[in-house]
Amino acid sequence: MNALNRKLWRDLVNLRGQAFAIAAVMASGFACYIMFLSTLDSLQLSRELYYRDYRFAEIFAPLKRAPESVRQRIADIKGVEKVDTRIVAPVTIDIEGFPDPVTGVVTSIPDSGDPLLNRIYLRSGRLVEVGRSDEVVISEPFAEAHGFQPGDKLHIIIRGKRKQLRIVGIGGSPEYIHQLRPGAVFPDHERFGILWMARTPLSHAYDLEGAFNSVALTLSRGANAQDVIDRLDMILKPYGTTGAFVRDDQASHKFLSQELQQLDNMSGLFPIIFLGVAAFLLNVVVTRLVGTQREQIASLKAFGYDNLAIAIHYLKMIMLIVFAGILMGIAVGAWLGVELSEIYVELFRLPFLNFVMQPSRVIQAASFTLVAGLLGTLAAVRMAVKLKPAESMRPEAPAEYRQTFIEALGLKRLLSAPARMILRHISHKPFKSALSVLGIAFACAILMTGRFQEDTITFMMDVHYGLSERDDISLAFSEPTSYKALAELRSLPGVEYGEAVRAVPARLVYQHRSYRAYISGYEPNAEIKRLVNTDLKPVSLPRSGIVLNEYLAKEILGIRPGDLLTVEVLEGSQPVRQIPVVSLVRQDLGVGAYMDIGALNRLMQEGNAISGAYLYIDDSRKNEIFERLKERPRIVGTAVREQDIRNFHRTMDETMLFWTFVATLFAGVIAVGIVYNSARITLTERSHELASLRVLGFTRGEISYILLGELAVLTLLAIPLGLLLGNVLCGYIAASLDNELYRVPLILAPHTYAFATTVILVSATISGLLVRRRLDHLDLIEVLKTKE
Amino acid sequence: MHASTPNIVFHAEGVTKTYQMGEVQVHALRGVDLELYESEFVVLLGASGSGKSTLLNILGGLDIPTSGTVGYKDHDLTVYKDSVLTRYRREHVGFVFQFYNLIPSLTARENVALVTEISTNPLVPEEALELVGLGERLDHFPAQMSGGEQQRVAIARAIAKRPDVLLCDEPTGALDLKTGIVVLEAIERVNRELGTTTVVITHNVDIAQMADRVIRLRDGRIISDEANPDRKAPSELSW
Repeated sequence: MNALNRKLWRDLVNLRGQAFAIAAVMASGFACYIMFLSTLDSLQLSRELYYRDYRFAEIFAPLKRAPESVRQRIADIKGVEKVDTRIVAPVTIDIEGFPDPVTGVVTSIPDSGDPLLNRIYLRSGRLVEVGRSDEVVISEPFAEAHGFQPGDKLHIIIRGKRKQLRIVGIGGSPEYIHQLRPGAVFPDHERFGILWMARTPLSHAYDLEGAFNSVALTLSRGANAQDVIDRLDMILKPYGTTGAFVRDDQASHKFLSQELQQLDNMSGLFPIIFLGVAAFLLNVVVTRLVGTQREQIASLKAFGYDNLAIAIHYLKMIMLIVFAGILMGIAVGAWLGVELSEIYVELFRLPFLNFVMQPSRVIQAASFTLVAGLLGTLAAVRMAVKLKPAESMRPEAPAEYRQTFIEALGLKRLLSAPARMILRHISHKPFKSALSVLGIAFACAILMTGRFQEDTITFMMDVHYGLSERDDISLAFSEPTSYKALAELRSLPGVEYGEAVRAVPARLVYQHRSYRAYISGYEPNAEIKRLVNTDLKPVSLPRSGIVLNEYLAKEILGIRPGDLLTVEVLEGSQPVRQIPVVSLVRQDLGVGAYMDIGALNRLMQEGNAISGAYLYIDDSRKNEIFERLKERPRIVGTAVREQDIRNFHRTMDETMLFWTFVATLFAGVIAVGIVYNSARITLTERSHELASLRVLGFTRGEISYILLGELAVLTLLAIPLGLLLGNVLCGYIAASLDNELYRVPLILAPHTYAFATTVILVSATISGLLVRRRLDHLDLIEVLKTKE
Repeated sequence: MHASTPNIVFHAEGVTKTYQMGEVQVHALRGVDLELYESEFVVLLGASGSGKSTLLNILGGLDIPTSGTVGYKDHDLTVYKDSVLTRYRREHVGFVFQFYNLIPSLTARENVALVTEISTNPLVPEEALELVGLGERLDHFPAQMSGGEQQRVAIARAIAKRPDVLLCDEPTGALDLKTGIVVLEAIERVNRELGTTTVVITHNVDIAQMADRVIRLRDGRIISDEANPDRKAPSELSW
């Protein structure tokens, strides 16, 4: 090893504290990047594998009833590879000892068990056996929620008839990865279940012998999906189809894709912020670190080392630190990646996880990190070698201190000499001070991103459930029914008030854009279901025309109030109408189109029909009401608002908690890293001055005050800036998170500000204490021996 | 003076140097004319602020004059071209500083090696350290050595590349008499045995007695330039 490399090595050992802090900052950024992207890659891969191995269909078509003979006509469509016809039936599920309403969907599988498409992934037990009419396979989350095991029994109510079933298997299928009760915003595995029964017994129970009401198919290579859909719709039209759709519109897939897209957005955002901040800090720290070696650089130059050799020397040093950071980052990133992936696998209900950490991701992040380190070092070295050696060996000119602004204001008398030293030192090198402040501020801002999502979600829930969806229970009927049903419901003991809703599936078309959605018809001046404008004030529905939520109008359809929207109804006689968009409403969760219920019914030419109801109930008579509702065969979906909210929180809590943990960890590391390094470098730069003060009789406490007081001032300056930056950062994140599932408003609660402030203060204090220890060991003689 | 070898190595004419120290303009040199000859031992005498360090830095290619001409043999030392000056220093100049400027993280041997590694025909580090009487302290770090020892390491480091000129800036400034003499002996020995043109700057008049020639500076000007026919050995000096 040559002498310069030995110097490098020994310098690194001497600087180990600082080097570690820098490496840790880099590692934070790196780990965040790896964590997010490996999670994203892993989830995408796991989903792809699941889809492939369990043959997820590509096109789906629901219909009322078609004879099995139609199947061959579908199979004959050009471009169709495999076809599966099934029965999909909504049911009510009765579970002993569980009073709440539980609904579900039963999908048929062949009597022999394994379906051709949308195969079942069995977690335990087996598929149904030929000739056993009471066997059922149930979805895993539903089984978990109730503690079901193979061998357990449950009852379903199908077409008004009660049927006992024996659970033989527990599993899932790519068709129902995300299991959402129709109309629900969040999954509730306790009250909504997916079941699979053999075709023959299900057809008897659902009155579909020799017929089917759902088609799933895959396409052959190179087939045109739209052509197939058009042919399929033509074939199925007489059989009451609401229109075939591609995978992208399939509920589970769509939800999952949106979530993955969300994660993808986050992955593009957070890691860049983290890595960017880390790189920035690296740059700052390296610049100052190399700055403290100014005299050594001058000596090397005096001996005839050229700038390149010196630059390479320091580059090596920084690269070693950066590499250490990368290694740490890979380890931490992989660990957190697995954790995060597992949370998401659980959340998305993927049956298995294939964790991958793609080398290309590691290389991307490593290159970014290395370049950041490289630029920082080069800038620093350039500054150091730019000086003529004679200049850098000459004692630095007495720095040009000035009275600070505060002193100029006449407050000088109030400041002690040490306080003046602090202020003058900060203002003496404003750029350096500003960089430190900015670094700490970034850490503070990152901390806020960890908490703001929680604030926002709480707010969204308050708006959604507090202002708009105020029902205690919502019910869906199996098919449109008369207003009498509502009157009946209202007369149930314990029901205090009820409102009707008419939901109609439709394709909304404007120019070249279209979107499948439900049009909800509400009663005029509805009390329970209300729409709110951008100021969160309730608005009433117009007598005619349609109201869209902002996201659907602006982002999806590109339509404005006053424009004509083409509505292609997918139910009943399937009318197509042009309806003017009257106004837009605010809706943070989901997307929706709304009409006056009377206007909607006129559009449907069906008279006064309703498809669901919202109820206010007396909470003490809840179970009694549930019992009564179970007896009503036409009620296929029942949601309890309170439960919705609880489910939502359960879903979010885990991810939020994890994210808060990660953000706090990383931001804490960054805060400590920057404060500690600032303190150490300031110590190096000022040890002579501080030792001189000690010789003059200052106590350790007094000189600590001068050094740490400076850090305290910088930290205190950084916090308000950090809170401001955090606000901007959170706003940016919120804006980039918008999708069909939710729009994220920027809401920052006071405790988020308090949290970020506290973590920064604690980090700064810890760093201060670490440096304070060194100050106690300041060698007075040694310091004074070296040249001024 | 070595009358038999009157080759001029340094030639300076009308050299001035002005630099900014904070808000103050310092006129370090106000017109210096100077010639230095091969193998001679020159002492530049002057009080603090007389401009001697500035002159030395210019001769050593660490700095350039504000005006005037300076040349080492055929090298022009008035143009600040970093790569040119770096090469000049690497190939021809050995420096000894008042505060040693050793690299604290390297041992004595490694500090010398730092320079020998970039030289074409150097002494081996051990040999150079032997020459300054530090053959026994090869593996000590600067912090483990006395000031005199550190300065002798610095001298070993300066001469290990067999420079054509050895420039010493207050080499004994931070040392007591006894160690100072040991250091001066080392410098003298290098001058004598290797024939290296040596310039020592000091404010210590007594050290002048060991020189071939003594040049005095005051306020950035040369006020006298005298040959010293009666060159003394360092051991005969005292201050």
